[in-house]
Amino acid sequence: MKTVINDYIREEMFPNIWCPGCGNGIVLGAILRAIDDLNWDKDKIVAVSGIGCSSRITGYVDFCTMNTTHGRALPFATGIKMANTDLKVIVVMGDGDCSAIGGNHFIHAARRNIDLTAIIINNMIYGMTGGQYSPLTPTAKFGSTAPYGNIDQTFDLAELAIAAGASYVARGTVYNVRQSSSLIKKALDKKGFSVVEIISDCPVSYGKMNKMKSPVDMLKWIKDIAVSKKVWEGLSLDEKKGKYAVGEFLNKDRPDYTELYEEIIKKAQGMGGNK
Amino acid sequence: MNNLKKKKNIKLLQGNEACAEGALLAGVKFFAGYPITPSSEIAENMARKLPKIGGKFIQMEDEIASMAAIIGASIAGLKSLTATSGPGMCLKQENFGFAVINEIPCVVVNAQRGGPSTGSPTKPSQGDMMQARWGTHGDHPVIALAPSTVNEILTLTIKAFNFSEKYRTPVILLLDEVIAHMREKVEIPAPEDVEVINRKKPTVPPEEYLPFKPDEDGVPPMANFGEGYRYHVTGLVHSEKGLPISDSQQIDHFIKRINNKIEKNIKDILIYEEYLLDDAKIALIAYGSVARAAERTVKLAREEGLKVGLLKLLTIWPFCSEEVNKLAQQVDLIIVPEMNLGQMVLEVERASQGKCRVVPYGRVDGELINPIEILGKIQEEIKK
Repeated sequence: MKTVINDYIREEMFPNIWCPGCGNGIVLGAILRAIDDLNWDKDKIVAVSGIGCSSRITGYVDFCTMNTTHGRALPFATGIKMANTDLKVIVVMGDGDCSAIGGNHFIHAARRNIDLTAIIINNMIYGMTGGQYSPLTPTAKFGSTAPYGNIDQTFDLAELAIAAGASYVARGTVYNVRQSSSLIKKALDKKGFSVVEIISDCPVSYGKMNKMKSPVDMLKWIKDIAVSKKVWEGLSLDEKKGKYAVGEFLNKDRPDYTELYEEIIKKAQGMGGNK
Repeated sequence: MNNLKKKKNIKLLQGNEACAEGALLAGVKFFAGYPITPSSEIAENMARKLPKIGGKFIQMEDEIASMAAIIGASIAGLKSLTATSGPGMCLKQENFGFAVINEIPCVVVNAQRGGPSTGSPTKPSQGDMMQARWGTHGDHPVIALAPSTVNEILTLTIKAFNFSEKYRTPVILLLDEVIAHMREKVEIPAPEDVEVINRKKPTVPPEEYLPFKPDEDGVPPMANFGEGYRYHVTGLVHSEKGLPISDSQQIDHFIKRINNKIEKNIKDILIYEEYLLDDAKIALIAYGSVARAAERTVKLAREEGLKVGLLKLLTIWPFCSEEVNKLAQQVDLIIVPEMNLGQMVLEVERASQGKCRVVPYGRVDGELINPIEILGKIQEEIKK
């Protein structure tokens, strides 16, 4: 069956490397449907990723694509966007990639408010290397390097992005896939640094170690832990534990870094001389 | 009026300023960096001058990000530069390897200071010679240039950009604290007198383009992102199409191809100067600021009737093994003065294959090597 997605993938790269039941394919579909809705020119789209299962997405899409080093996708993307502001630059990262090794780059990309869209596929675990806990693994859950339960506090990436200065911040899940696609679409279309975190499932690592053996179990779990922003706001602190607010958290207009740099160019050129 | 000679543009420049001037003449349009002594003036010059020509400067959150940003900017079409010193160079190695495996042109300046670690930030050193060659992991090719004067910083910065574009590879410009910070008279060439090489573009339509298929010269044509050629770039070993591969034969072919690309063009890449070597029985081999002292030593030694000459290396990687081997057959003794405990001397020993005596002369106290002490070393060695 051919769908709109076929217009945007490198079919020769399939079958993909992802395990059966992995949420990455759902996110890939959501991204491509959002791009199709926006009717963007494929030649002007650049997709950049880091390292991990989710970062393999860039190999599967028919744009200019760059599968970079672990955690570094955002600074590569920053260089690309600075060099050619006509390009639409999408960055796809996993939770470990973005929040651990790439955490500082994430903060500073948001602080600059550079016109990029960051999509973080959060399966709460390092999947590719075999299920080690990540900064987004919930406290008390298990990983191959947390055999007695995880004692780390987790990040709230959405709140981090808001505090650091992003223009658009939202969270979706692979269960609420239509909503995720529309959040991604809004993020792609937003000038400035836009962030969408998608809560996803890794049945073979996270699921197996946390008593959710099948992909269906995992999706049901995601359905239970995800609550709409409106419901979230009415919950007590205790009730919020283990749950995730889903929806749009921030959508505001702030000057984007590349626009501000254009002003620098005008200023420098107006001052004349070569010194 | 026509026979009036063009007025020379002579300036008193600091080494780091000359690097910035050279980069601009070579066509740099993007700089990403992070503050570090003794290279910060390059960033400061770029921040001031790039926007004047419509180029772009960005100060990144760290050295890793700076290296990533210049690679991104280069593949999006802008000639790119970053500058750092030893501690920063360590951090850049990860993405330096990414530029190597994806054949993305860019120039990385390392103004060497004493190491290891924070070391001696304001003292000169040549301790990063081997790091320049082997800093990033895996078998990889490298081009590294080492100027010894402020004027050479300007001309070799232009060369560095030209090599990086011509051979699709990152190029290291290895300065040291002394030449980076000293001021000397520099002749700035007119832009029309500067040879500027730009990356080869594909001549085939997008559907036929293979981003990693080399031409005769071993170098694949490079399309910039956004020019209608959609392709994949990955740090994984990849096919001519740019897609990951795991077949052992293909991996072998790929790794050898990117290494051979530099090796087969070595004659074009090697830059060196011979000084009074014709009748020499003793040769000094030096690079960077030490080569200045060595040149003076040659004059002093000649005054004493000693037949000493100098091979001054401007390209330090790839190493000029053939030239050194020839020299080893001619002379009885090679002395290698360098501001480290003996790094290039290992290459000289390897290249001379036992055909003459090879002796290191090192210094790691953060002081320059002076001509008299090299002369002293010569006198000491000839007594042996």
